[in-house]
Amino acid sequence: MSAGRNGEQRLPAERQLPAEVDRALAPWHGTSSRRDFLRTSGLFVLGFTGFGAAGLHRGATADNPGEPPLYPDPDYLQLDSWLVVHEDGTATFYVGKTDGGQGTGTATRQIMCDELDIAYDMSTLVMGRTDKTVDQGGSGGSDAIERDAMVSRRVAAEGRRVLLEMASEHLGVPVGELDVREGVISVRDDPSRSATYGELVGGRRFDIALTGNSVNATTGVASVKPVQDLRLVGQSIPRYDIPGKVDGSLEWAIDVQLPGMVHARNVRPPFVGATLVGIDESSVRDLPGFIRVVNRGNYVAVVCEREEQAIEAADRLAVQWEPPAAAPFPASDDLFDYMRSATPVAAPGGGRPPPSPVGDPEAALAGAATVVEAAYDVPFQGHTAIGPAHALADPSDGQMTIYTNDMKPYSHRTGIAEFLDMPPDRVRVIWMDGPQLYGRTAADDAGFEAAYLAKELGRPVRVQWARYEETAWDTKGPAFAFDLRGGLDAGGNLVALDYRARIANYAHVGYNQPRTVLIAQLMGLRPERPSSGGGRGPDDMYHIPNRREETRAIRFAQAFETPLRTGNLRDPNGPQTTFAGESFIDELAAAGGADPVAFRLELLRGSTDDDAAHRRARSIAVVEAAAAAYGWDPRPSPKAVDAGQDLAGRILTGRGIAYAYRARTTVATIAEVEVDPETGRVWVRRMVCGHDCGLVINPDGLESTVQGNLLHGISRTLYEEVRFDAEKVTSVDWRTHPTLTHTDTPEHMEVVIVNGDPNPDRPDLLPYGAGEPSHRTVPAAIANAIYDATGVRMRRLPLRPERVLAELERATRLDQDPASLIGSLRDKVKINGDIMSTGSRWDAVG
Amino acid sequence: MSEITLRVNGETHTVDVDPSTPLLYVLRNDLGLRGPRFGCGLSQCGTCTVLMNGTAVRSCSRPVSRAQGTEITTLEGLAADGELHPVQQAWIDEQVPQCGYCQNGQILTAKALLDDNPNPDDDEIREGMNRVLCRCMTYYRIQAAVKRAAVAMADGDADR
Repeated sequence: MSAGRNGEQRLPAERQLPAEVDRALAPWHGTSSRRDFLRTSGLFVLGFTGFGAAGLHRGATADNPGEPPLYPDPDYLQLDSWLVVHEDGTATFYVGKTDGGQGTGTATRQIMCDELDIAYDMSTLVMGRTDKTVDQGGSGGSDAIERDAMVSRRVAAEGRRVLLEMASEHLGVPVGELDVREGVISVRDDPSRSATYGELVGGRRFDIALTGNSVNATTGVASVKPVQDLRLVGQSIPRYDIPGKVDGSLEWAIDVQLPGMVHARNVRPPFVGATLVGIDESSVRDLPGFIRVVNRGNYVAVVCEREEQAIEAADRLAVQWEPPAAAPFPASDDLFDYMRSATPVAAPGGGRPPPSPVGDPEAALAGAATVVEAAYDVPFQGHTAIGPAHALADPSDGQMTIYTNDMKPYSHRTGIAEFLDMPPDRVRVIWMDGPQLYGRTAADDAGFEAAYLAKELGRPVRVQWARYEETAWDTKGPAFAFDLRGGLDAGGNLVALDYRARIANYAHVGYNQPRTVLIAQLMGLRPERPSSGGGRGPDDMYHIPNRREETRAIRFAQAFETPLRTGNLRDPNGPQTTFAGESFIDELAAAGGADPVAFRLELLRGSTDDDAAHRRARSIAVVEAAAAAYGWDPRPSPKAVDAGQDLAGRILTGRGIAYAYRARTTVATIAEVEVDPETGRVWVRRMVCGHDCGLVINPDGLESTVQGNLLHGISRTLYEEVRFDAEKVTSVDWRTHPTLTHTDTPEHMEVVIVNGDPNPDRPDLLPYGAGEPSHRTVPAAIANAIYDATGVRMRRLPLRPERVLAELERATRLDQDPASLIGSLRDKVKINGDIMSTGSRWDAVG
Repeated sequence: MSEITLRVNGETHTVDVDPSTPLLYVLRNDLGLRGPRFGCGLSQCGTCTVLMNGTAVRSCSRPVSRAQGTEITTLEGLAADGELHPVQQAWIDEQVPQCGYCQNGQILTAKALLDDNPNPDDDEIREGMNRVLCRCMTYYRIQAAVKRAAVAMADGDADR
């Protein structure tokens, strides 16, 4: 270490990003780099590298240029790691999160500016760079605002407190006699005496230690402001990332180009569980631009100078594979039979244990006046990101830099370091924008592959997955098979509920684990055992006197190297379990002749016990708000349909509701559908979502996020299913794993933001996680609406026209008594779902 | 490899590539453009869309040799004289994008749609945009933005 100007301690020269990347990030992150920072501040300030980190003292220094550079962890217990105030009074915030386009970056800036007391446009935010932002784990679980922004908020409040103390000393006036407004501290009795934040600390360190035994507990000594004093919170400030996404100026992870960079494509086994026998490299050796075939175990990649050359070489490479001795899994047509007949894995699932049974469900069912039984099935569904996986890795000078859209850059860094057997402080991950997160990039295979290949070749390598690869081999949302029983007493009251689920979740992939990412599995690396396959029942506040739930995992023959590996898919398991739970509640309401909204409200009001987050009161509030906004007409489902009437040419309409909570957020969604009985097409014409996530930071951002979750929910309900035969996944593109399109979009969508807190004006109102909670309500709301319209229950997703038509036709053939219909439809319909009947709209253009 | 001359965003570029190379890779890797992005390589999703003589085409499936002699416009070329195109402005005003990966295709398809039909009704917007996919499902806001842009473009014409 050597002394710099003004006595500041100098750190070793930091490894700079390539100039092109740095320039691209600069307008995005404000002062993104050391160099920019120097230009702004004129001083060598160390705040954003966490100067307290011991790692800074090890290894490379500017005086020892032969040593490889290191990337120490920013220290979360230093205020300077989170917050830098510049001489011009602007501030740069550093958060270890990633924004997948839900506006969490903008919202975090809002709340930090509010607590720090500066104008919004005086701030910039740096996210998700393991060498510059503290390890907050990246994104996941819709907790960016609920948990992480509250840390940022406390830290910003501490910054304001320290600035007030500095001003007190500077102005010679007690803190209590000072006012703060937009980065200017003035003497209350003599506003002409003032100091700006830039004058007080601009370009210098705060040098303030924070406390907290984990990053999530980080705090200073300052209190946060009461909600009523927050001015930016609650405003729909436009997202800062949108202009660059609209004019083409934003540099994405997919855009980064480095000198000497080469392009790689993977070659996947043609059938699951295949063993590589041999590679005939002469099949590609003479192709233009060919560099190398890289192979270890069953992992194969081709590297070429240019991207199109790599695509062709991967296509042409002759590889000999030996098929597995046994089928890796059943065909998707046989999936649910398999799941119901298979012996569950011995150990119960991970996560929290299932709740203990309440009351005596079996006795209550035996004594019930009406017993309803139903089975529901949800297939595997893919993430199917709009952009296949991609990453660029730079192995220069004995370090590794990965440019990626991985939503959890910190585990990406440690996972890759372990995978490559490199010290973590020689690996850094630069998160940049990319196609949707939604859980897929929590286990970002491409970054591991790029880093491995870059180390092998000693050159920067960019890996780009193909569409077939992404759709077939991405991580999947697990399939579920449900069997529910419920009992009503003579008055139509729900007295017993028995929920049993089986989940195909045994090959669950964790967060960037170096032994479960695909490249590791194909190389033969294995964790000690597969995932234990967690899962639990639906989340509701219903008071049901006798109740039990059980979720058991089943496994396939192939637990590794399988494209049916599961990963967290948006609101993991929520849409599946809520589909079963809330469809069944609807069936029970119908069996008792009750209005679906009234039936739910009665179950919610069956007890007055509530929890600290007031989930019962807030559940009632969202159901009531959604019903009021929709204009819900109380009556039982289905709509009265005249017996034997000719439905030809008629469009049937109906409405359905589903309610759930997720963590501390409560949601009720009403879907209004049109069903065409001649084609089976379902159109969700209108959606109303009552949504209570406590304190709202940015209402428009919240609305956008909820809209996306609702529409994604419609897509999963109507279209999405991973199909496979007993050798391989056959869903490989947008024809074979279809998605919602423009013509499917509802005509009206209303997000009703509710604050059902018993004391809605309390000054300590907190924000709860938003987005994913609404996603889980959609399938049941739609299926319940189809029942309302047609009198036919849809118990297996997705509801592509073929399946709806088959169910409607089956119902017309059966006894019209709805009671006998129930249960008769279970798991009997086989749909050839590979091609949608509306396939013509996918015709190629261009 | 052979020399190919392209007109992109009003400028002429000559590249030395295999003529069968998809236009997408030349735009991205040789010309350094970021608007068109890889999504499927199958002309199914629209993420790679560019305008070719004003028509929205999918650059992932168009050999670069068949782009010669045309005027190509990418997302970067839509703004004129430092002013965003009304479609781009509508996208900001409606706060359309989430991840934003597909929005290149959405914006350019909307631009071509409105050039062809300045006053589309709701069904025409849905049909016209239908083959451009969005996995963040921003469709509802996209459709609102197309309507907003149609009004802005009509107002702009009236001002002239």
